[in-house]
Amino acid sequence: MEDITETSVSAPPAPVEPTTQQRRWWLLPALLLWALVYRWLGTVADVLTTSVLHLSLDSHLGSSVAFFLFEVPKVLMLLILVVFGVGVVRSFFTPDRTRQILSGKRESAGNVLAAMLGVVTPFCSCSAVPLFIGFVETGIPLGVTFSFLISAPMVNEVALALLFGMFGWRVAAIYLTAGLVIAIVAGWVIGRLRMERFVEDWVYELDTGVNTANSSNERMSWEKRIDYGLDAVREIVGKVWPYVMAGIAVGAGIHGYVPEGLLASFLGSDTWWSIPLAVLLGVPMYSNAAGIIPVVQALMEKGAALGPVLAFMMSVIGLSLPEMIILRKVLKPRLIGGFVGVVAMGILLVGYLFTAIL
Amino acid sequence: MNIQVLGSGCSKCRELEARTKKALQSAGVAGEVEHVTDFVEIAKLRVLVTPALAINGEVKVAGKVPSEAELVGILTTAAATE
Repeated sequence: MEDITETSVSAPPAPVEPTTQQRRWWLLPALLLWALVYRWLGTVADVLTTSVLHLSLDSHLGSSVAFFLFEVPKVLMLLILVVFGVGVVRSFFTPDRTRQILSGKRESAGNVLAAMLGVVTPFCSCSAVPLFIGFVETGIPLGVTFSFLISAPMVNEVALALLFGMFGWRVAAIYLTAGLVIAIVAGWVIGRLRMERFVEDWVYELDTGVNTANSSNERMSWEKRIDYGLDAVREIVGKVWPYVMAGIAVGAGIHGYVPEGLLASFLGSDTWWSIPLAVLLGVPMYSNAAGIIPVVQALMEKGAALGPVLAFMMSVIGLSLPEMIILRKVLKPRLIGGFVGVVAMGILLVGYLFTAIL
Repeated sequence: MNIQVLGSGCSKCRELEARTKKALQSAGVAGEVEHVTDFVEIAKLRVLVTPALAINGEVKVAGKVPSEAELVGILTTAAATE
């Protein structure tokens, strides 16, 4: 019954306060418990493997099992924390608000802002078309709109959490920066190419009137924001966990059984074609980044280089086939081609750059 | 009451449609649910994120699938102001 009074818009917002307090107190012990469990995961996994399952950590099977028992809870815990945090941050940025911020911004500064807002604005590639129309209609330049559309799926919290968990903060930071730079530059290039004429004509003819935007800048209570974060955890982690488990299982197999250095010959830093290949392989794959990263981590342990790995990741989530098919409704083939071409070039450059640096 | 579920036919949109139909029954409100997939129509309602729910042409929910209880609340308030 409480839910009903809460959502009816006209109801007075009085009874929200006490629960807010309770919810906040509950959050702190939960975070402490999280940190405590996280710290002991490695030890528990080793003890389980050796004393309970009676496997030696030096054996193939033992090292695979210990890897699995440690990585699964670790990655899932990180995922829950990051998705929750990002969820709370996102409750501040509705797409409507992002559009208001971006409207009236010029290119360049607009590209930078759009790419950054792409990270914190909730986005699902199934709303790419309405969002695109809404942005263009408000007069946001095409290139700026693209900066947003590139960064929103590419720099996503699941990828960041997994990279952080399996490769450390440095690789996660590199990924975040590279994703932003690609979105900014690619959007800017698309803007410079003057590709407005390759947007389907009806988009510009569509007269939705001067934008009065149902600006839903309602102030959310902190309790609602926490709920928003928890909802995000339920939805995203609920969807992604089987892929994570499967990925780590494959990774554990590689970890225990594949000999050291085997992959250096064809996924190492000496083979120039591994990066274009990684980009090509990534395009038809969609949303399974969660399952791919653990496998990739195990591959890298055996000699694969970071460049192709990052290129592959970005291509999987930044250039997805389903999204392009949806965007075809508003973009002519040449613009889609331009979009894919510019982004793929960016990913290639990032891949080569990291192979050269690291 | 005219109820429109706006979306490109993604799984979330279908979920919203199903949940709205259920909520309509438990709220005891009369209304017809229509699933709009045409992007021109969606754009005309100025919806930025799907799935969205519009009642009598006014957008009530965008970008999420509310719980059935929430939907019942939205439907009853809309019916009361009609």
